[in-house]
Amino acid sequence: MRVAGRGAAARHLLDRGFQALALLVLCLALAALAVLLFDVWTDGAPRLSLDFLTSYPSRRPEDAGIWHALTGSVSVILLTALLAVPIGVAAAIYLEEYGGRSLAARVVEINIANLAAVPSIIYGLLGLGLFVRALQMGRSVLAGASTLALLVLPVIILATREALRAVPPSIREGSYALGATKWQTVWYQVLPMAMPGILTGTILALSRAIGETAPLITIGALTFVAFAPDGIWSPFTVLPIQIFNWVSRPQPAFQVNAAAAIVVLLVLLLAMNAAAIWLRDRYQKRLS
Amino acid sequence: MTSASPSVRSLANVAARGERPAAGRPVKIQVERLSFYYGAARALEEISIGVLPNVVTAFIGPSGCGKSTFLRTLNRMNDIIPGTRVEGRVLIDDTNIYGPALDVVALRRQVGMVFQKSNPFPKSIFDNIAYGLRINNMAGSRSDLAARVEESLRQAALWDEVKDRLHDSALALSGGQQQRLCIARALAIRPEILLMDEPASALDPIATQRIEELVYELKKTYTIVIVTHNMQQAARVSDYTAFFWLGRLVEYDRTDKIFTNPAEQLTEDYVTGRFG
Repeated sequence: MRVAGRGAAARHLLDRGFQALALLVLCLALAALAVLLFDVWTDGAPRLSLDFLTSYPSRRPEDAGIWHALTGSVSVILLTALLAVPIGVAAAIYLEEYGGRSLAARVVEINIANLAAVPSIIYGLLGLGLFVRALQMGRSVLAGASTLALLVLPVIILATREALRAVPPSIREGSYALGATKWQTVWYQVLPMAMPGILTGTILALSRAIGETAPLITIGALTFVAFAPDGIWSPFTVLPIQIFNWVSRPQPAFQVNAAAAIVVLLVLLLAMNAAAIWLRDRYQKRLS
Repeated sequence: MTSASPSVRSLANVAARGERPAAGRPVKIQVERLSFYYGAARALEEISIGVLPNVVTAFIGPSGCGKSTFLRTLNRMNDIIPGTRVEGRVLIDDTNIYGPALDVVALRRQVGMVFQKSNPFPKSIFDNIAYGLRINNMAGSRSDLAARVEESLRQAALWDEVKDRLHDSALALSGGQQQRLCIARALAIRPEILLMDEPASALDPIATQRIEELVYELKKTYTIVIVTHNMQQAARVSDYTAFFWLGRLVEYDRTDKIFTNPAEQLTEDYVTGRFG
C-alpha cells in the first residue's frame, strides 16, 4: 500500500506540474497578443472616430480615412464568400459522398491538401494571369474576389469534408432505409448536421482572406483609391493594402492612421469570428 | 467443435429443407442461392430460404455468422458499402430485387428497416416520422401528414408518450422510445416487409418487452424478419426461425421445432447453449 501511495503521489505531482506548465504557456501566448493589441490600441485609439471611418484617403494624414478600404474589404470578402462557399461545399460533397475511393479521387484529394499550403502570392500571380488578363476582368473587385476565392477554396473543401465525415453513418443508413435517394440523404440529413462545421471552417477561411495583402497587390489592387467600390467591376483597395501603404510613409501621423486601421481590421475579424460562433451555436441548438 | 463436423457435412440437404417450411403457402421473400462477398471474402454462402407473409421470422446464430449481412441483402442496404458483391437472386413478390431494372429507392420503401442502434434524425419527433413521407411525396396536405404521423406513432405504441411534445427533439427521448420512434418512422411509409436488426439489443428488459409486444402486433399487417442474438427473444416473438452458422443457413423451420426438436446437431448445440 505504501509503495502504491508513493507512486500515486508522484503521479499527482506530475499531473499538477503539467497543468501549471500548460497554464504558463497559455499565459505567454496571450501576453504576447495582449502586448501587441495594447500597443496598436494606444497608437491608434486617438485617431479612431466616425470621420476616420467615413473619410477618403488624403495627402494630409489628419484628413485621411478608410471608407474606401473598409468598403473595399467588405465587398471583396462578401463576393469571395459568394463565389467560394457554393463551389467549395459542392466540391466537398462530390468528393466525400459521390467520388468513391478511385485513384482519380485520391489524386484530387492530395492536390487539394497541397493547394491549401501554397503561398498566397502564387494565387495572386494566377489571378493576374487568369482573371485580370485572360478573362479581362481588369483590376476589379470581381478579379480580387475571384483570386481570394481560389485561395480559400481548398480550406473550405477540407473543412467541409471533415464536417461531412463526422456525420454518423447510422444517419445515412436511416435515411436510405426510408427510400431516400443519395441526394435527399445529403440535402436533408447530412448537410444540416455538417452545417456547424462547414460554417466554422468557412468563416475561418474568410478571416484569413480578409487579412491577405500579397495576392491583391499582385493582381494590381490600387494603393490609392479615392472612392468606394460601386460595383463588381470597380477598382478597389482593401484595409491591409491601405495599412501597408500608410506604414511605408515617412510622416509619423500616417503611422497613427495605420494603427487605427489595424484596430478596425481586428474588430472586423472579431465580428466575423463572433458571427461564426453564433451561427454554429444556433445550428447546434436546432439539432439537439 | 467435434460435434459440429457431421452437421456441416449434412448442410447440403439443408437448403432443400430450408426453402419452404410450410409447403403450399405463398412466400413473400424467396431467396435463391444467395452468396455475398466483402471484397474477396465470402460472408454468405448460397443461402436459399422462403420467408412467409404476415409471420415473424427470426434469424439467429453466433456473432459473425452473417445473419445481419443477410438481412441487409433483403433491402439492398449493403449496396452502400463499397467493394461488396452479391450472387444469386432475391425475389420479393416474384420480382428479383437484384434485377437490372429494379429501383432500389422503391424497394426500400417497400422493405422498411430498423437498426440495432436507434438512429433518430436530430430533428423533432414529428419531422422524424414526416421525413419518409415527404421524400417519397406521400405527405399530402398538412392535416393528412399530421394524421399519418399520429397513425404511425400509435402503431409503434409511442403516441401516448409523445403526443404533447411532437415538436421536441427526438434525441430527448429514452433509448426505448427512440427505437420505437425508428419503428414508427419505418411504418409511416407503409412498407410490406419490416426488417429488424437486433432492435432490442441495446435496451433494458422493460423496453425490450415493449418492442417484443409491438412485433407481435405488427405481424398482423407486416411481414417481419428479425435478427437477434437472444435465443429467448427468438423463441418468444417468432413463428419461424433460421439458424445461421459461418455464413451458411444451417436450419430453417417452425420456431417451436427449432427450439425443441431441431433436425441438425449443430442447431441443437447452439440453442441449448453448448456454443455461441
